[in-house]
Amino acid sequence: MNTQQMGAGLGLKADHYDAALQCAASGLWFEVHPENYMVDGGPRLAWLEAIGSRHALSLHGVSLSLAADCPPDPLHLQRLKALADRVQPALVSEHLAWSAWRGQYHPDLLPFPRTHEALQRIAGNIQRTQDALGRRIAIENPTHYLRLDGHDWSEIDFLAELSKVTGCGLLLDVNNVHISAHNMGFDAGAWLDAFPGHAVMEIHLAGHSIDPGNSSLLIDSHDAPVADEVWTLYQRLIARIGARPTLIERDDHIPPFEVLMAERTTAQTVLEAAQ
Amino acid sequence: MKLSLTGFQDAFVDALYGVESAAMAQLSEQPGFSVYRNTVMKGCIDALSANFPTIERLVGSEWFRAAAAIHVTASPPGDARLLNYGEAFPAFLDAFEHAQQMPYLGNVARLDRCWSQVHVALDEPSIDLAALGTVAPDDMGRLLLKPRAAATWRWFADQPAYTLWRINREQLEMPENLDWIGEGALLIRSAGRVTWQAVSATDCLFLDACVAGLPLEQAAERALELNPALDISDLLTRLVTADVFVSAVVEPR
Repeated sequence: MNTQQMGAGLGLKADHYDAALQCAASGLWFEVHPENYMVDGGPRLAWLEAIGSRHALSLHGVSLSLAADCPPDPLHLQRLKALADRVQPALVSEHLAWSAWRGQYHPDLLPFPRTHEALQRIAGNIQRTQDALGRRIAIENPTHYLRLDGHDWSEIDFLAELSKVTGCGLLLDVNNVHISAHNMGFDAGAWLDAFPGHAVMEIHLAGHSIDPGNSSLLIDSHDAPVADEVWTLYQRLIARIGARPTLIERDDHIPPFEVLMAERTTAQTVLEAAQ
Repeated sequence: MKLSLTGFQDAFVDALYGVESAAMAQLSEQPGFSVYRNTVMKGCIDALSANFPTIERLVGSEWFRAAAAIHVTASPPGDARLLNYGEAFPAFLDAFEHAQQMPYLGNVARLDRCWSQVHVALDEPSIDLAALGTVAPDDMGRLLLKPRAAATWRWFADQPAYTLWRINREQLEMPENLDWIGEGALLIRSAGRVTWQAVSATDCLFLDACVAGLPLEQAAERALELNPALDISDLLTRLVTADVFVSAVVEPR
């Protein structure tokens, strides 16, 4: 399956391996975090290979730490390359964020001021990654929770410039835009309208929740169905830029496979209407 | 003062783990900062919970997560593959002041790590008894038996760590009386499933000798020193049928 044939996909969950393998829905594909499959062998890797033999796969990294002020860990890149060689993913992506720093890994997508210095560093890191993998990758907009001083660039201009300088694609997470717009106080629709559509290789949709603490922040918790507002933003985006491989993400309170497939059908219908 | 990217990242990580600085005050006072702090901590604790399920069952989730939080702050993950996180957790439990009434926790945690290691080890075939049948009797002493990556064993000299681990791993009820004796465990992955069985100190010594590259005759001598009544043929049959070895090659003279 090439990326043009990829419709709506699902994050692959260990509990759903059997159902994922059997499912023959048109345009269906699966995404995983490569970190969970960078192992020597065993049933986990065997399942991924089996599912990859039936469906297109996407490797969506969470730990390359492209926005750290240092090059990506060469060993980690080697492992990513080995996994990509083994399962031949249709898409490879990472985040505009950092998480590994000075030999420690902090499992989150951490923010940074979008300075000229950061742009140079990240462009270099994306280039290294693309060179190591021998392919184009897509970079995702993360969720924002903090008002940071010292930005030289808007987020859209920063991503567009990275794409221009390195040739990378973009992964547009519509739920992240909705959350960031709420938390930072901007208009999600206008933001999406200004996003460089030609560079979008993949779209993410997910559910979110309200901060259980005392703030009014929305949290990118991936523990609920996609919200109505996010579906509306998604339809508007697809109407403007056309169909793109779209992933439904769910990482907590995971329902049965059929429930996720039903949600996935909603996205598939939007994509088919745009073709 | 505007921080460099490096300066920002150093100060941000300090603030994540509670070390405040003037440079981060404007950020760490915002409610959004605790979202990052909580997500990082939850991610690390969830990884320990996934990697040490037997410990969590033994001590309960509340105790486990409180202990894990202390460990995370002292030893954050060094590897983005969180499947590997917790290398130092058994030693942490050995020394943890609130676990002094449960001196076996560290060893039970070591067995959870054995399970994880075997689960993701290299895929290799195993030899069967027929492979030994083709070795000429005169050559048996020079047989080099190589254990599979997906086989691991451990001897605990002064605790029934295997029984404690197995009962909780299999979600059984603890027996009222537990013999406080040394125990060993052998964990193996065959056909995609990790299985376990009790092994003796002699079995472990023999397997250690195989890993060290000693031929059968010398490995057996070591095992016989520990247990003069050992039946080597029985030991070989048990280990081979348990899928322990990837190869058996006669060492050239």
